[in-house]
Amino acid sequence: MSENMNLTLKVWRQRNNKDKGKFEDFKVNDISPDMSFLEMFDVLNEQLISQGSDPIAFDHDCREGICGMCSMYINGRPHGPKEGITTCQLHMRSFKDGDTIVVEPWRANAFPVIKDLVVDRTAFDRIIAAGGFISVNTGNAQDGNSIPISKIDADIAFAAAACIGCGACVAACKNASAMLFVSAKINQLSHLPQGQPERMQRVRAMVHQMDKEGFGACTNTGACSAECPKEISLVNIASMNCDYIKANVIDSNG
Amino acid sequence: MGAFSFLLNSTIGKKVIMGVTGICLVGFLAVHCFVNSLIFVNDGGELFNTAAEFMAHNVLIRTMEIFLFLGLILHALQGINLVFKNMSARKVKYYKQDGAANSKWYSRSMGLLGTLLLLFLILHLKHFWYVSRLTEEISSGDDTLFGEMKEVFANPIVVAIYIIGVISLAYHLLHGFQSAFQSLGFNHKKYTPFIKSFGFWYSIIISILFAVMPLALHLGWVK
Ligand code: HEM
Ligand code: SF4
Ligand code: FES
Repeated sequence: MSENMNLTLKVWRQRNNKDKGKFEDFKVNDISPDMSFLEMFDVLNEQLISQGSDPIAFDHDCREGICGMCSMYINGRPHGPKEGITTCQLHMRSFKDGDTIVVEPWRANAFPVIKDLVVDRTAFDRIIAAGGFISVNTGNAQDGNSIPISKIDADIAFAAAACIGCGACVAACKNASAMLFVSAKINQLSHLPQGQPERMQRVRAMVHQMDKEGFGACTNTGACSAECPKEISLVNIASMNCDYIKANVIDSNG
Repeated sequence: MGAFSFLLNSTIGKKVIMGVTGICLVGFLAVHCFVNSLIFVNDGGELFNTAAEFMAHNVLIRTMEIFLFLGLILHALQGINLVFKNMSARKVKYYKQDGAANSKWYSRSMGLLGTLLLLFLILHLKHFWYVSRLTEEISSGDDTLFGEMKEVFANPIVVAIYIIGVISLAYHLLHGFQSAFQSLGFNHKKYTPFIKSFGFWYSIIISILFAVMPLALHLGWVK
Protein backbone atom coordinates (compact mmCIF):
# COMPACT_ATOMS: atom_id res chain seq x y z
CA MET A 1 0.00 0.00 0.00
CA SER A 2 1.42 3.34 -0.97
CA GLU A 3 0.92 6.40 1.19
CA ASN A 4 -2.06 8.71 1.08
CA MET A 5 -1.37 12.01 -0.65
CA ASN A 6 -1.99 15.72 -0.46
CA LEU A 7 -2.84 17.46 -3.70
CA THR A 8 -3.58 20.88 -5.14
CA LEU A 9 -6.40 21.09 -7.65
CA LYS A 10 -6.76 23.92 -10.14
CA VAL A 11 -10.37 23.64 -11.26
CA TRP A 12 -12.39 25.65 -13.76
CA ARG A 13 -15.34 27.38 -12.08
CA GLN A 14 -18.11 28.96 -14.13
CA ARG A 15 -21.51 29.79 -12.65
CA ASN A 16 -23.45 29.40 -15.89
CA ASN A 17 -23.19 29.70 -19.64
CA LYS A 18 -23.07 33.51 -19.51
CA ASP A 19 -20.44 33.72 -16.78
CA LYS A 20 -16.86 34.30 -17.90
CA GLY A 21 -15.46 31.70 -15.51
CA LYS A 22 -12.04 31.35 -13.87
CA PHE A 23 -9.73 28.85 -12.23
CA GLU A 24 -9.89 28.24 -8.49
CA ASP A 25 -7.30 26.41 -6.42
CA PHE A 26 -8.27 23.81 -3.85
CA LYS A 27 -6.29 21.65 -1.44
CA VAL A 28 -7.32 18.06 -0.77
CA ASN A 29 -5.51 16.06 1.88
CA ASP A 30 -5.13 12.43 2.79
CA ILE A 31 -6.30 11.09 -0.57
CA SER A 32 -6.02 7.32 -0.91
CA PRO A 33 -4.23 6.11 -4.04
CA ASP A 34 -7.03 3.57 -4.46
CA MET A 35 -9.72 6.22 -4.88
CA SER A 36 -11.01 7.00 -8.32
CA PHE A 37 -10.61 10.54 -9.62
CA LEU A 38 -14.33 11.14 -9.14
CA GLU A 39 -14.21 9.88 -5.57
CA MET A 40 -11.45 12.39 -4.94
CA PHE A 41 -13.84 15.04 -6.30
CA ASP A 42 -16.54 13.74 -3.95
CA VAL A 43 -14.15 14.30 -1.03
CA LEU A 44 -13.46 17.82 -2.28
CA ASN A 45 -17.16 18.56 -2.71
CA GLU A 46 -17.97 17.27 0.82
CA GLN A 47 -15.29 19.64 2.01
CA LEU A 48 -16.82 22.55 0.07
CA ILE A 49 -20.35 21.76 1.28
CA SER A 50 -19.21 21.61 4.90
CA GLN A 51 -17.56 25.01 4.42
CA GLY A 52 -20.86 26.31 3.07
CA SER A 53 -19.51 26.96 -0.45
CA ASP A 54 -20.86 25.80 -3.78
CA PRO A 55 -19.70 22.27 -4.71
CA ILE A 56 -18.06 21.79 -8.11
CA ALA A 57 -20.53 20.62 -10.74
CA PHE A 58 -19.28 17.67 -12.80
CA ASP A 59 -21.03 15.05 -14.91
CA HIS A 60 -21.00 11.38 -13.90
CA ASP A 61 -23.41 8.49 -13.85
CA CYS A 62 -22.28 4.88 -14.12
CA ARG A 63 -18.80 5.29 -12.61
CA GLU A 64 -17.72 2.12 -14.40
CA GLY A 65 -16.66 3.40 -17.80
CA ILE A 66 -19.79 2.72 -19.80
CA CYS A 67 -22.01 5.81 -19.78
CA GLY A 68 -19.53 8.38 -21.07
CA MET A 69 -20.66 11.21 -18.79
CA CYS A 70 -17.51 11.90 -16.77
CA SER A 71 -16.01 14.58 -19.00
CA MET A 72 -12.93 16.04 -17.33
CA TYR A 73 -9.91 17.46 -19.09
CA ILE A 74 -7.12 16.58 -16.67
CA ASN A 75 -3.60 17.97 -16.97
CA GLY A 76 -4.10 18.71 -20.65
CA ARG A 77 -5.71 15.40 -21.61
CA PRO A 78 -9.31 14.18 -21.75
CA HIS A 79 -9.90 11.63 -18.96
CA GLY A 80 -6.39 12.23 -17.67
CA PRO A 81 -3.04 10.57 -18.18
CA LYS A 82 -4.02 6.94 -18.85
CA GLU A 83 -5.04 5.37 -22.14
CA GLY A 84 -8.27 3.54 -22.84
CA ILE A 85 -10.16 4.64 -19.72
CA THR A 86 -12.69 7.23 -18.62
CA THR A 87 -12.25 9.67 -15.71
CA CYS A 88 -14.25 7.43 -13.40
CA GLN A 89 -11.79 4.59 -14.11
CA LEU A 90 -8.76 6.76 -13.38
CA HIS A 91 -7.20 6.02 -10.01
CA MET A 92 -5.36 8.46 -7.80
CA ARG A 93 -2.32 6.18 -7.89
CA SER A 94 -1.65 7.79 -11.29
CA PHE A 95 -0.65 10.93 -9.37
CA LYS A 96 2.03 11.75 -6.81
CA ASP A 97 1.89 13.40 -3.42
CA GLY A 98 2.22 17.17 -3.81
CA ASP A 99 1.03 17.25 -7.46
CA THR A 100 -0.98 20.15 -8.82
CA ILE A 101 -3.71 18.84 -11.11
CA VAL A 102 -5.44 21.11 -13.64
CA VAL A 103 -9.06 20.18 -14.36
CA GLU A 104 -10.97 21.86 -17.19
CA PRO A 105 -14.23 21.18 -19.00
CA TRP A 106 -14.28 19.86 -22.60
CA ARG A 107 -13.58 22.89 -24.78
CA ALA A 108 -15.44 23.21 -28.11
CA ASN A 109 -17.92 25.75 -29.42
CA ALA A 110 -20.28 22.84 -30.03
CA PHE A 111 -20.02 21.84 -26.33
CA PRO A 112 -20.95 25.00 -24.39
CA VAL A 113 -20.24 24.97 -20.65
CA ILE A 114 -23.38 24.64 -18.53
CA LYS A 115 -21.69 24.94 -15.16
CA ASP A 116 -18.13 24.38 -13.91
CA LEU A 117 -17.02 21.12 -15.58
CA VAL A 118 -20.41 20.23 -17.05
CA VAL A 119 -20.79 20.78 -20.79
CA ASP A 120 -23.79 20.48 -23.07
CA ARG A 121 -23.23 17.52 -25.40
CA THR A 122 -26.70 17.50 -27.00
CA ALA A 123 -25.00 18.29 -30.31
CA PHE A 124 -24.18 14.55 -30.35
CA ASP A 125 -27.84 13.70 -29.78
CA ARG A 126 -28.88 15.88 -32.70
CA ILE A 127 -26.35 14.13 -34.93
CA ILE A 128 -27.79 10.75 -33.94
CA ALA A 129 -31.33 12.04 -34.47
CA ALA A 130 -30.35 13.13 -37.97
CA GLY A 131 -29.69 9.56 -39.11
CA GLY A 132 -27.96 7.35 -36.58
CA PHE A 133 -30.74 4.79 -36.50
CA ILE A 134 -32.49 2.22 -38.66
CA SER A 135 -36.16 2.47 -39.53
CA VAL A 136 -38.14 -0.67 -38.74
CA ASN A 137 -41.82 -1.31 -38.45
CA THR A 138 -42.90 -2.07 -34.92
CA GLY A 139 -44.02 -5.55 -34.01
CA ASN A 140 -42.21 -8.62 -32.82
CA ALA A 141 -38.48 -8.60 -33.24
CA GLN A 142 -37.28 -10.95 -35.94
CA ASP A 143 -35.36 -14.03 -34.83
CA GLY A 144 -31.75 -12.92 -34.54
CA ASN A 145 -30.38 -15.90 -36.47
CA SER A 146 -32.56 -15.26 -39.50
CA ILE A 147 -30.17 -12.53 -40.69
CA PRO A 148 -26.74 -14.04 -41.34
CA ILE A 149 -23.86 -11.67 -40.61
CA SER A 150 -20.22 -12.48 -41.25
CA LYS A 151 -18.01 -12.64 -38.20
CA ILE A 152 -15.73 -9.96 -39.69
CA ASP A 153 -18.58 -7.50 -40.21
CA ALA A 154 -20.06 -8.30 -36.82
CA ASP A 155 -16.71 -7.58 -35.19
CA ILE A 156 -16.23 -4.27 -37.01
CA ALA A 157 -19.76 -3.16 -36.16
CA PHE A 158 -19.32 -4.24 -32.56
CA ALA A 159 -16.02 -2.42 -32.17
CA ALA A 160 -17.63 0.76 -33.53
CA ALA A 161 -20.64 0.29 -31.27
CA ALA A 162 -18.34 0.43 -28.25
CA CYS A 163 -18.38 4.25 -28.56
CA ILE A 164 -19.99 5.68 -25.43
CA GLY A 165 -20.50 9.18 -26.84
CA CYS A 166 -18.27 10.77 -24.22
CA GLY A 167 -16.86 13.46 -26.50
CA ALA A 168 -13.21 12.92 -25.52
CA CYS A 169 -12.42 12.75 -29.25
CA VAL A 170 -13.75 16.29 -29.72
CA ALA A 171 -12.03 17.46 -26.54
CA ALA A 172 -8.65 16.06 -27.60
CA CYS A 173 -8.76 17.19 -31.22
CA LYS A 174 -7.00 20.46 -31.96
CA ASN A 175 -9.83 21.20 -34.40
CA ALA A 176 -12.63 20.14 -32.04
CA SER A 177 -13.67 17.70 -34.75
CA ALA A 178 -16.35 15.10 -34.07
CA MET A 179 -15.34 12.78 -36.89
CA LEU A 180 -14.41 9.82 -34.68
CA PHE A 181 -17.72 9.84 -32.84
CA VAL A 182 -19.79 10.33 -35.99
CA SER A 183 -17.88 7.69 -37.92
CA ALA A 184 -18.30 5.17 -35.09
CA LYS A 185 -22.04 5.80 -35.02
CA ILE A 186 -22.20 5.38 -38.80
CA ASN A 187 -20.07 2.25 -38.94
CA GLN A 188 -21.92 0.39 -36.21
CA LEU A 189 -24.81 0.33 -38.70
CA SER A 190 -23.16 0.38 -42.11
CA HIS A 191 -21.52 -3.03 -41.61
CA LEU A 192 -24.80 -4.74 -40.77
CA PRO A 193 -27.51 -5.82 -43.20
CA GLN A 194 -30.08 -3.79 -41.24
CA GLY A 195 -28.08 -0.66 -41.86
CA GLN A 196 -27.96 -0.98 -45.66
CA PRO A 197 -31.27 0.54 -46.84
CA GLU A 198 -30.53 3.95 -45.31
CA ARG A 199 -26.75 3.79 -45.53
CA MET A 200 -26.23 6.60 -48.03
CA GLN A 201 -28.84 8.99 -46.70
CA ARG A 202 -27.59 8.33 -43.17
CA VAL A 203 -24.01 9.38 -43.87
CA ARG A 204 -25.19 12.50 -45.71
CA ALA A 205 -27.59 13.53 -42.96
CA MET A 206 -25.22 12.89 -40.06
CA VAL A 207 -22.27 14.66 -41.66
CA HIS A 208 -24.53 17.57 -42.55
CA GLN A 209 -25.68 17.84 -38.93
CA MET A 210 -22.10 17.47 -37.67
CA ASP A 211 -21.03 20.44 -39.80
CA LYS A 212 -24.07 22.46 -38.70
CA GLU A 213 -23.15 21.99 -35.03
CA GLY A 214 -19.84 23.77 -35.63
CA PHE A 215 -17.34 20.97 -35.08
CA GLY A 216 -14.03 21.44 -36.91
CA ALA A 217 -12.69 19.46 -39.87
CA CYS A 218 -10.50 16.41 -39.39
CA THR A 219 -6.77 16.77 -40.08
CA ASN A 220 -5.96 13.16 -39.26
CA THR A 221 -3.72 13.92 -36.30
CA GLY A 222 -5.07 10.79 -34.61
CA ALA A 223 -5.43 12.51 -31.22
CA CYS A 224 -9.07 11.38 -31.00
CA SER A 225 -8.34 7.69 -31.29
CA ALA A 226 -5.33 7.94 -28.98
CA GLU A 227 -7.50 9.52 -26.27
CA CYS A 228 -10.71 7.55 -26.87
CA PRO A 229 -11.57 5.46 -23.80
CA LYS A 230 -12.97 2.77 -26.12
CA GLU A 231 -10.03 2.99 -28.53
CA ILE A 232 -12.27 3.52 -31.55
CA SER A 233 -10.13 3.08 -34.69
CA LEU A 234 -9.32 5.76 -37.25
CA VAL A 235 -10.37 3.27 -39.92
CA ASN A 236 -13.92 4.30 -39.07
CA ILE A 237 -13.19 7.85 -40.25
CA ALA A 238 -11.81 6.61 -43.57
CA SER A 239 -14.88 4.37 -44.06
CA MET A 240 -17.15 7.30 -43.37
CA ASN A 241 -15.23 9.50 -45.83
CA CYS A 242 -15.50 6.75 -48.42
CA ASP A 243 -19.25 6.36 -47.88
CA TYR A 244 -19.74 10.12 -47.87
CA ILE A 245 -17.98 10.51 -51.22
CA LYS A 246 -20.01 7.63 -52.68
CA ALA A 247 -23.24 9.05 -51.26
CA ASN A 248 -22.59 12.34 -53.02
CA VAL A 249 -21.10 11.13 -56.27
CA ILE A 250 -22.65 7.81 -57.22
CA ASP A 251 -25.69 7.24 -55.02
CA SER A 252 -28.81 7.22 -57.19
CA ASN A 253 -30.95 8.73 -54.42
CA GLY A 254 -28.58 11.67 -54.09
CA MET B 1 -22.20 20.84 -60.33
CA GLY B 2 -24.90 19.53 -57.99
CA ALA B 3 -23.19 16.24 -57.27
CA PHE B 4 -19.92 17.96 -56.52
CA SER B 5 -21.11 20.86 -54.38
CA PHE B 6 -20.22 18.74 -51.33
CA LEU B 7 -16.57 19.42 -52.15
CA LEU B 8 -17.05 23.04 -51.17
CA ASN B 9 -19.89 22.81 -48.68
CA SER B 10 -18.88 20.06 -46.30
CA THR B 11 -15.85 19.53 -44.08
CA ILE B 12 -15.24 16.10 -45.62
CA GLY B 13 -15.52 17.52 -49.14
CA LYS B 14 -12.97 20.20 -48.33
CA LYS B 15 -10.61 17.51 -47.15
CA VAL B 16 -11.18 15.62 -50.41
CA ILE B 17 -9.90 18.71 -52.23
CA MET B 18 -6.87 18.88 -49.92
CA GLY B 19 -6.13 15.20 -50.47
CA VAL B 20 -6.51 15.21 -54.26
CA THR B 21 -4.50 18.40 -54.79
CA GLY B 22 -1.93 17.22 -52.24
CA ILE B 23 -1.39 13.93 -54.10
CA CYS B 24 -1.07 15.79 -57.41
CA LEU B 25 1.62 17.97 -55.83
CA VAL B 26 3.35 14.86 -54.52
CA GLY B 27 3.35 13.43 -58.05
CA PHE B 28 4.76 16.64 -59.46
CA LEU B 29 7.51 16.70 -56.83
CA ALA B 30 8.68 13.23 -57.86
CA VAL B 31 9.16 14.39 -61.46
CA HIS B 32 10.69 17.68 -60.37
CA CYS B 33 13.13 15.90 -58.08
CA PHE B 34 14.09 13.40 -60.78
CA VAL B 35 14.81 16.05 -63.38
CA ASN B 36 16.79 18.20 -60.98
CA SER B 37 18.80 15.23 -59.76
CA LEU B 38 20.31 15.11 -63.24
CA ILE B 39 22.73 17.77 -62.02
CA PHE B 40 24.40 15.05 -59.95
CA VAL B 41 25.61 13.46 -63.19
CA ASN B 42 28.20 16.22 -62.88
CA ASP B 43 28.51 16.97 -66.56
CA GLY B 44 28.42 20.73 -66.17
CA GLY B 45 24.63 20.62 -66.19
CA GLU B 46 24.42 19.48 -69.78
CA LEU B 47 21.94 16.64 -69.29
CA PHE B 48 19.95 18.73 -66.84
CA ASN B 49 19.76 21.65 -69.28
CA THR B 50 18.52 19.35 -72.02
CA ALA B 51 15.79 17.99 -69.76
CA ALA B 52 14.84 21.48 -68.59
CA GLU B 53 14.72 22.62 -72.21
CA PHE B 54 12.38 19.74 -73.01
CA MET B 55 10.12 20.54 -70.04
CA ALA B 56 9.98 24.18 -71.06
CA HIS B 57 8.80 23.48 -74.59
CA ASN B 58 6.67 20.36 -74.37
CA VAL B 59 2.99 21.23 -74.85
CA LEU B 60 1.79 18.48 -72.55
CA ILE B 61 4.12 19.57 -69.76
CA ARG B 62 3.15 23.21 -70.19
CA THR B 63 -0.55 22.30 -70.03
CA MET B 64 0.02 20.24 -66.91
CA GLU B 65 1.90 23.18 -65.45
CA ILE B 66 -1.27 25.27 -65.63
CA PHE B 67 -3.25 22.61 -63.75
CA LEU B 68 -0.42 22.27 -61.28
CA PHE B 69 -0.58 25.99 -60.50
CA LEU B 70 -4.35 25.86 -60.14
CA GLY B 71 -3.99 22.83 -57.87
CA LEU B 72 -1.38 24.54 -55.72
CA ILE B 73 -3.50 27.67 -55.37
CA LEU B 74 -6.57 25.61 -54.49
CA HIS B 75 -4.54 23.56 -52.00
CA ALA B 76 -3.10 26.63 -50.32
CA LEU B 77 -6.40 28.57 -50.22
CA GLN B 78 -8.42 25.62 -48.97
CA GLY B 79 -5.65 24.76 -46.48
CA ILE B 80 -5.64 28.27 -45.04
CA ASN B 81 -9.43 28.32 -45.00
CA LEU B 82 -9.50 25.04 -43.04
CA VAL B 83 -6.87 26.24 -40.59
CA PHE B 84 -8.98 29.28 -39.70
CA LYS B 85 -12.20 27.30 -39.59
CA ASN B 86 -10.60 24.73 -37.30
CA MET B 87 -9.04 27.32 -35.03
CA SER B 88 -12.41 28.99 -34.55
CA ALA B 89 -14.14 25.70 -33.66
CA ARG B 90 -12.71 26.13 -30.15
CA LYS B 91 -13.11 29.79 -29.17
CA VAL B 92 -12.24 29.25 -25.50
CA LYS B 93 -8.82 27.58 -25.44
CA TYR B 94 -7.51 25.12 -22.88
CA TYR B 95 -5.29 26.40 -20.10
CA LYS B 96 -3.18 23.28 -20.34
CA GLN B 97 -3.16 21.06 -23.44
CA ASP B 98 -0.80 18.12 -23.79
CA GLY B 99 -0.82 17.58 -27.55
CA ALA B 100 2.42 15.61 -27.52
CA ALA B 101 0.67 12.88 -25.53
CA ASN B 102 -1.62 11.96 -28.38
CA SER B 103 -0.23 13.19 -31.72
CA LYS B 104 2.87 14.21 -33.65
CA TRP B 105 3.75 17.92 -33.60
CA TYR B 106 3.96 18.11 -37.37
CA SER B 107 0.50 16.62 -37.81
CA ARG B 108 -0.74 19.51 -35.67
CA SER B 109 1.30 22.09 -37.60
CA MET B 110 0.23 21.53 -41.22
CA GLY B 111 -0.94 25.13 -41.52
CA LEU B 112 2.36 26.52 -40.28
CA LEU B 113 4.42 24.13 -42.40
CA GLY B 114 2.24 24.89 -45.42
CA THR B 115 2.64 28.63 -44.91
CA LEU B 116 6.43 28.27 -44.70
CA LEU B 117 6.24 26.23 -47.88
CA LEU B 118 4.16 28.89 -49.59
CA LEU B 119 6.65 31.63 -48.67
CA PHE B 120 9.49 29.45 -49.87
CA LEU B 121 7.65 28.67 -53.11
CA ILE B 122 7.14 32.34 -53.91
CA LEU B 123 10.89 32.91 -53.62
CA HIS B 124 11.65 29.70 -55.48
CA LEU B 125 9.33 30.52 -58.37
CA LYS B 126 10.87 33.96 -58.62
CA HIS B 127 14.36 32.43 -58.74
CA PHE B 128 13.72 29.87 -61.45
CA TRP B 129 10.26 29.73 -62.94
CA TYR B 130 10.06 33.47 -63.52
CA VAL B 131 13.53 33.63 -65.00
CA SER B 132 13.16 30.60 -67.24
CA ARG B 133 9.59 31.13 -68.42
CA LEU B 134 8.90 34.83 -68.35
CA THR B 135 12.20 36.43 -69.23
CA GLU B 136 14.34 36.11 -72.33
CA GLU B 137 17.47 35.32 -70.36
CA ILE B 138 17.44 31.58 -70.92
CA SER B 139 15.53 31.23 -74.18
CA SER B 140 17.88 33.72 -75.81
CA GLY B 141 20.79 31.47 -74.89
CA ASP B 142 22.55 34.06 -72.75
CA ASP B 143 22.34 31.75 -69.80
CA THR B 144 21.26 28.21 -68.96
CA LEU B 145 19.02 27.08 -66.12
CA PHE B 146 22.03 25.32 -64.64
CA GLY B 147 24.00 28.55 -64.82
CA GLU B 148 21.13 30.33 -63.15
CA MET B 149 21.15 27.73 -60.37
CA LYS B 150 24.85 28.24 -59.72
CA GLU B 151 24.33 31.97 -59.56
CA VAL B 152 21.39 31.76 -57.14
CA PHE B 153 23.05 29.28 -54.83
CA ALA B 154 26.28 31.23 -54.61
CA ASN B 155 24.52 33.12 -51.83
CA PRO B 156 24.71 31.17 -48.55
CA ILE B 157 21.58 32.88 -47.19
CA VAL B 158 19.58 31.59 -50.15
CA VAL B 159 20.98 28.10 -49.53
CA ALA B 160 19.89 28.32 -45.88
CA ILE B 161 16.38 29.46 -46.88
CA TYR B 162 16.10 26.58 -49.33
CA ILE B 163 17.09 24.10 -46.66
CA ILE B 164 14.50 25.49 -44.26
CA GLY B 165 11.94 25.25 -47.08
CA VAL B 166 12.88 21.63 -47.69
CA ILE B 167 12.64 20.76 -43.98
CA SER B 168 9.13 22.22 -43.95
CA LEU B 169 8.35 20.10 -46.98
CA ALA B 170 9.70 16.98 -45.29
CA TYR B 171 7.47 17.38 -42.25
CA HIS B 172 4.48 18.52 -44.34
CA LEU B 173 4.77 15.31 -46.33
CA LEU B 174 5.54 13.02 -43.40
CA HIS B 175 2.04 13.74 -42.20
CA GLY B 176 0.43 14.76 -45.48
CA PHE B 177 1.22 11.75 -47.65
CA GLN B 178 -0.59 9.17 -45.55
CA SER B 179 -3.18 11.70 -44.39
CA ALA B 180 -4.34 12.28 -47.96
CA PHE B 181 -5.30 8.62 -48.33
CA GLN B 182 -7.21 8.67 -45.06
CA SER B 183 -9.06 11.82 -46.20
CA LEU B 184 -10.02 10.13 -49.44
CA GLY B 185 -11.39 7.13 -47.58
CA PHE B 186 -8.58 4.64 -48.10
CA ASN B 187 -7.56 2.86 -44.92
CA HIS B 188 -7.30 -0.90 -44.86
CA LYS B 189 -4.91 -3.24 -43.15
CA LYS B 190 -4.09 -4.74 -46.56
CA TYR B 191 -2.42 -1.61 -47.95
CA THR B 192 -2.26 1.14 -45.31
CA PRO B 193 1.01 -0.11 -43.79
CA PHE B 194 2.49 0.08 -47.30
CA ILE B 195 1.15 3.62 -47.87
CA LYS B 196 2.61 4.70 -44.54
CA SER B 197 6.08 3.32 -45.14
CA PHE B 198 6.12 4.44 -48.77
CA GLY B 199 5.09 7.94 -47.68
CA PHE B 200 7.77 7.97 -45.01
CA TRP B 201 10.57 7.02 -47.38
CA TYR B 202 9.24 9.22 -50.18
CA SER B 203 9.28 12.24 -47.84
CA ILE B 204 12.75 11.49 -46.51
CA ILE B 205 14.43 10.68 -49.82
CA ILE B 206 12.91 13.51 -51.80
CA SER B 207 13.77 16.02 -49.07
CA ILE B 208 17.37 14.88 -48.79
CA LEU B 209 17.82 15.11 -52.56
CA PHE B 210 16.26 18.57 -52.68
CA ALA B 211 18.37 19.76 -49.75
CA VAL B 212 21.62 18.47 -51.22
CA MET B 213 21.08 20.30 -54.57
CA PRO B 214 21.65 23.88 -53.34
CA LEU B 215 24.40 22.68 -51.00
CA ALA B 216 26.19 20.81 -53.77
CA LEU B 217 26.09 23.82 -56.06
CA HIS B 218 27.16 26.19 -53.32
CA LEU B 219 30.08 24.06 -52.20
CA GLY B 220 31.06 23.17 -55.75
CA TRP B 221 30.44 19.43 -55.39
CA VAL B 222 28.86 19.62 -58.82
CA LYS B 223 30.29 22.06 -61.30
C1 HEM C 1 4.79 21.24 -52.87
C2 HEM C 1 3.93 21.64 -52.08
C3 HEM C 1 2.92 20.84 -51.28
C4 HEM C 1 2.66 19.50 -51.22
C5 HEM C 1 3.35 18.39 -51.96
C6 HEM C 1 1.58 19.33 -50.27
C7 HEM C 1 1.01 18.12 -49.93
C8 HEM C 1 0.01 17.95 -49.01
C9 HEM C 1 -0.65 16.73 -48.71
C10 HEM C 1 -0.39 15.39 -49.39
C11 HEM C 1 -1.56 16.98 -47.73
C12 HEM C 1 -2.50 15.98 -47.07
C13 HEM C 1 -3.91 16.20 -47.51
C14 HEM C 1 -4.91 15.55 -46.60
O1 HEM C 1 -4.66 15.40 -45.41
O2 HEM C 1 -5.97 15.19 -47.09
C15 HEM C 1 -1.47 18.36 -47.41
C16 HEM C 1 -2.22 19.00 -46.43
C17 HEM C 1 -2.15 20.33 -46.15
N1 HEM C 1 -1.47 21.29 -46.87
FE1 HEM C 1 -0.12 20.92 -48.30
N2 HEM C 1 1.21 20.55 -49.78
C18 HEM C 1 2.00 21.50 -50.39
C19 HEM C 1 1.95 22.85 -50.22
C20 HEM C 1 1.14 23.50 -49.34
C21 HEM C 1 1.05 24.93 -49.24
C22 HEM C 1 1.82 25.95 -50.09
C23 HEM C 1 0.16 25.19 -48.26
C24 HEM C 1 -0.19 26.60 -47.90
C25 HEM C 1 -0.72 27.11 -46.96
C26 HEM C 1 -0.33 23.91 -47.73
C27 HEM C 1 -1.22 23.74 -46.70
C28 HEM C 1 -1.70 22.52 -46.27
C29 HEM C 1 -2.55 22.33 -45.12
C30 HEM C 1 -3.06 23.42 -44.19
C31 HEM C 1 -2.83 20.96 -45.06
C32 HEM C 1 -3.66 20.27 -44.00
C33 HEM C 1 -5.06 20.22 -44.46
C34 HEM C 1 -5.90 19.41 -43.57
O3 HEM C 1 -5.47 18.35 -43.12
O4 HEM C 1 -7.04 19.83 -43.33
N3 HEM C 1 0.28 22.91 -48.42
N4 HEM C 1 -0.51 18.95 -48.20
S1 SF4 D 1 -15.34 7.89 -30.35
FE1 SF4 D 1 -14.38 7.44 -28.34
S2 SF4 D 1 -13.86 9.46 -27.55
FE2 SF4 D 1 -15.34 9.81 -29.17
S3 SF4 D 1 -17.33 9.85 -28.18
FE3 SF4 D 1 -17.00 7.72 -28.82
S4 SF4 D 1 -16.06 6.72 -27.05
FE4 SF4 D 1 -15.88 8.93 -26.69
S1 FES E 1 -19.25 7.98 -15.12
FE1 FES E 1 -19.95 6.64 -16.69
S2 FES E 1 -18.20 6.45 -17.94
FE2 FES E 1 -17.44 7.59 -16.25
